[in-house]
Amino acid sequence: MAGASVPLGLLLLGGGRAESPRDALREELLLSPLPSGDLAATFQFRTRWDSELQREGVSHYGLFPKALGQLISKYSVRELHLSLTQGFWRTRSWGQPYLQAPAGAELWVWFQNSVTDVDKAWKDLSNILSGIFCASLNFIDSTNTVTPTASFKPLGLANVTNHHLLIYAVLPREVVCTENLTPWKKLLPCGSKAGLAVLLKAERLFYSSYHSQAVHIRPICRDASCLSISWELRQTLTVVLDIFSIGQGKKDWSLFKMFSRTLTEACPLASESKVYVDISSKDQENELLEVIPPPLSTHEAAVQGERKTYAVYDLLNPALFNVSRSLNVQLKWKRPQDGSHLSMPVLHAQRYVSGYGLQTGEISTLIYNSHLYRAFPILLLETVPWYLRLYVHTLTIITKGKENKPSYIHFQPAQDRRRPHLLEMLIQLPANSVTKITIQFERALLKWTEYTPDPNHGFYVSPSVLSALVPSVLAMKAVDAEQSPLFTSLFPSSDGTSYFVRLYTEPLLVNLPTPDFSMPYNVICLTCTVVAVCYGSFYNLLTRTFHVEEPSRGHLAKRLANIIRKLRGVPLL
Amino acid sequence: MQGCQSVLAAWPGGRPVCLVQGSGLSHAASLRVPGSNPALPSGRGAQYPGKVGLYPRSSLPPLSGMPVAWLEKTMWTLGLEVYKQPFSHTLPFPDETRERYMVKGTNVYGILRAPRAASTESLVLSAPCSEGQHNNQAVGLMLALASYFRGQIYWAKDIIFLVNEHDLIGTEAWLEAYHDVNITGEAGSSSPFPARPAASLQPSDVVLLFKVALGGRRLGPGLGMRDLAALCLCLTQLQRSDWATLPTYLHSLQTLLLMVLKQGSGRPQGDHGLFLRYHIEAITVRGINSFRQHKYDMGTVGKTLEGMFRKLNNLLERLHQSYFFYLLPSLSRFVSIGIYMPAFGFLILVLVLKISCWERGLSLCPPLALWFGWNRHIPAGGGAGWGGAGWGAPSYSSPPRFLYAVLLVLVTPAATLLLGIFLYQELMEYPISVLEGWQRFLQAIAEGLLDHYLYGSIVFPFIAIFVYPCWLLLWNVLFWK
Repeated sequence: MAGASVPLGLLLLGGGRAESPRDALREELLLSPLPSGDLAATFQFRTRWDSELQREGVSHYGLFPKALGQLISKYSVRELHLSLTQGFWRTRSWGQPYLQAPAGAELWVWFQNSVTDVDKAWKDLSNILSGIFCASLNFIDSTNTVTPTASFKPLGLANVTNHHLLIYAVLPREVVCTENLTPWKKLLPCGSKAGLAVLLKAERLFYSSYHSQAVHIRPICRDASCLSISWELRQTLTVVLDIFSIGQGKKDWSLFKMFSRTLTEACPLASESKVYVDISSKDQENELLEVIPPPLSTHEAAVQGERKTYAVYDLLNPALFNVSRSLNVQLKWKRPQDGSHLSMPVLHAQRYVSGYGLQTGEISTLIYNSHLYRAFPILLLETVPWYLRLYVHTLTIITKGKENKPSYIHFQPAQDRRRPHLLEMLIQLPANSVTKITIQFERALLKWTEYTPDPNHGFYVSPSVLSALVPSVLAMKAVDAEQSPLFTSLFPSSDGTSYFVRLYTEPLLVNLPTPDFSMPYNVICLTCTVVAVCYGSFYNLLTRTFHVEEPSRGHLAKRLANIIRKLRGVPLL
Repeated sequence: MQGCQSVLAAWPGGRPVCLVQGSGLSHAASLRVPGSNPALPSGRGAQYPGKVGLYPRSSLPPLSGMPVAWLEKTMWTLGLEVYKQPFSHTLPFPDETRERYMVKGTNVYGILRAPRAASTESLVLSAPCSEGQHNNQAVGLMLALASYFRGQIYWAKDIIFLVNEHDLIGTEAWLEAYHDVNITGEAGSSSPFPARPAASLQPSDVVLLFKVALGGRRLGPGLGMRDLAALCLCLTQLQRSDWATLPTYLHSLQTLLLMVLKQGSGRPQGDHGLFLRYHIEAITVRGINSFRQHKYDMGTVGKTLEGMFRKLNNLLERLHQSYFFYLLPSLSRFVSIGIYMPAFGFLILVLVLKISCWERGLSLCPPLALWFGWNRHIPAGGGAGWGGAGWGAPSYSSPPRFLYAVLLVLVTPAATLLLGIFLYQELMEYPISVLEGWQRFLQAIAEGLLDHYLYGSIVFPFIAIFVYPCWLLLWNVLFWK
């Protein structure tokens, strides 16, 4: 299409999609059976807009949601990543995630160079997002905000290296439910009326083991020459459905059984609408599973170091609806799996608090590299709230019984009530090893107004973040991001030999020394009683004047005399 | 005593499997496990605790030790994450009652991950499984519960099903590995966790151990926990409800005294005692299989446990503000410290008064004299002053010396222990002869030492270092020529 026709098309049709690809929507659903027998369903909706959002005067919005577009131009946001997650991705039994998110809410933003007061922009932005997504993002303040130096690189097109433009915050306590899902669905061009989004039925989505919804906004190259930029909005939603409890112990599933809906059409606004089902099996010679209806095409790709085969259902292909009017993808296992030997993911980690008592403790992180012959470095980011006072001299990193010196450490100590601890390390993981990182802390005593309403529940420590380039066994071809499925194209892969993985560990729940909050009441009662009794009687004793009363004689006679005197009108005795 | 002598088996998957063979005593008759237990809310008929049934003993193969591989496989098929933890421990001297010296064992635990929760909190259900027929039913019931729980969506906390070998030693090893600490000092006693249950067992958690009866003061759960148990037990009508009669009163008294004795012994009466150090509320539930009227069946215990788990699952905070230092005359009543302390106070008051009246009036202890001697004559500066009194011979005529001697001998720690053992057996309605009593006495001393070594129980050093020297001092004071 000639460049000259774009303004013409704009003039004539007001941004019609027929002439110019000014904005485009792709929707995609990936269904992948997990090693544990559960099923992960990943929805991705990508809206791409070939427009300079940052320039002033963009007022006409097509598919791109106006609320987010205005936000980006007003606060000069370069990249925005927000995820709201309920549950925890269990890497050990579910394998490497395509997109992991920490439990709770996570928000990280890269601002443009032009922003002068990043903190103010961040505060305003988080408050507005809190309103848009009905989440408690307004609780993001300086005590849980950090500026990582190395862990979070821009995912989109960027040449910024000044990490002060990056801000990162996690709220591990955020509870995600339908009130967050509804505004997220409203950002979709078709809403939940048509296309893949009809499957997003809240009561089924929250009957799951893991629920994570995210919004990623980033600038990307408009074309191969990359002379101008486009804006990309990716809305992703991942659920892990517990097939064991849904299917009464059987591992067969179908779309209807999981979402209680089937697919009948693509979103009319979408330029691409596909369902991918992961049908790759571990041993090639015998096929264990069967998908119904048989897919019209398959897609093979090397994803996360493994060769995968996907059955593809293109909803825009009318041949799909020839047989039946709706698409209900089913998967049947031909014979029961013997799942007792799980293949370990190459990289996984876990974190816990060790020790006992309410004075000190220790945060331990175990990082597993189960690659048989390749060592690789990882970046670890820990954010610990100020009320756990870390002792950096106790930091130990032990691999295979020997001390492991990190090649890069960035530590920013906390300031009470103002800023959390930030610890970033680059650690080399030897092949086939477990690395244990421990650091001791002391629990601070809060002021009594600083406790949460449920202090005996404990205080959350946000998950630590592991970022790594994991060496791949297979050589991966560099593919065009526009052509490949969406689930492979969020993280940029550097070259063919490794792939990027970002993992989050569990959030921690730590108990702080908690006073007995009924004590003030008891003290007040006791004090009041003591004061009333003592003060009252002392006051009484001090102020009362005593006089000796003379025994009076002739009481009766005097009274009689007085009565008579009263009658007579003379003064009384 | 233990109600779990005979074998059980019952497997939700249909094929009944025996856990451990039991040549049980005479208790099978009391386990009237009904084939169909009506009340339990369940979606799937095959998978609820009421279905725990009795399996004919004759057809079971004899097994020894804990069936680790079988447990792992069974838990896996239930849909749990299964791990095992081997441990070893060498005792300071051979434990003759349990015939063990170098203890080697394996804990098997399965984790039911709560959906949509980040593994920050968890509940533990633990059943000890030892060699022989001991406590098999608990393990079977636990597995049945695990199978039922797995199908439910409402769990907000992870549930850990722990089968520990060598009961308390296994529990201690598991706890130490869990908290990544080494208290007992045994090198390699707790191997690092093969897979820690993902940071889950925070100190905010509650543990249910399925074995023993209600504990109390030092090594027992807080009252919140016990209340919950009592509530569940009441709901399932597991206990008697007649209150006002004399036999009930006597029964309550018996229970109370038993509890005092058990608490006074300072031994962990069940696994729950070990959880206290980690600030984890724990309770042990034990079915008592005696020849009394009130029997239990596995269905009822299962329902009780399910009720407790669902209540604990709904807790937002750790159990706090519960009463401690209480005594239990029966399941639904307790005697708080505020009620029994005045009694102790009066006992001590007698001593105090005695002391203060000892030396010619009240000059020994002026504050007390002030307090108690409002309308008495206070000798103004008369006699020996405060501090100058000393422990001189009392001036009034004393009872004969040998009476003091007998009393003092009776209050030696050893004699108290011996008498305590006899009283305990009497209260348990299981009287013993003098010889047996002597054996138990020796056993108790050995176990006190072992408890101190294994779990850091402080009763033994307390008696050896504090009480006994005090007694010697008192003896010297009274009988010094």
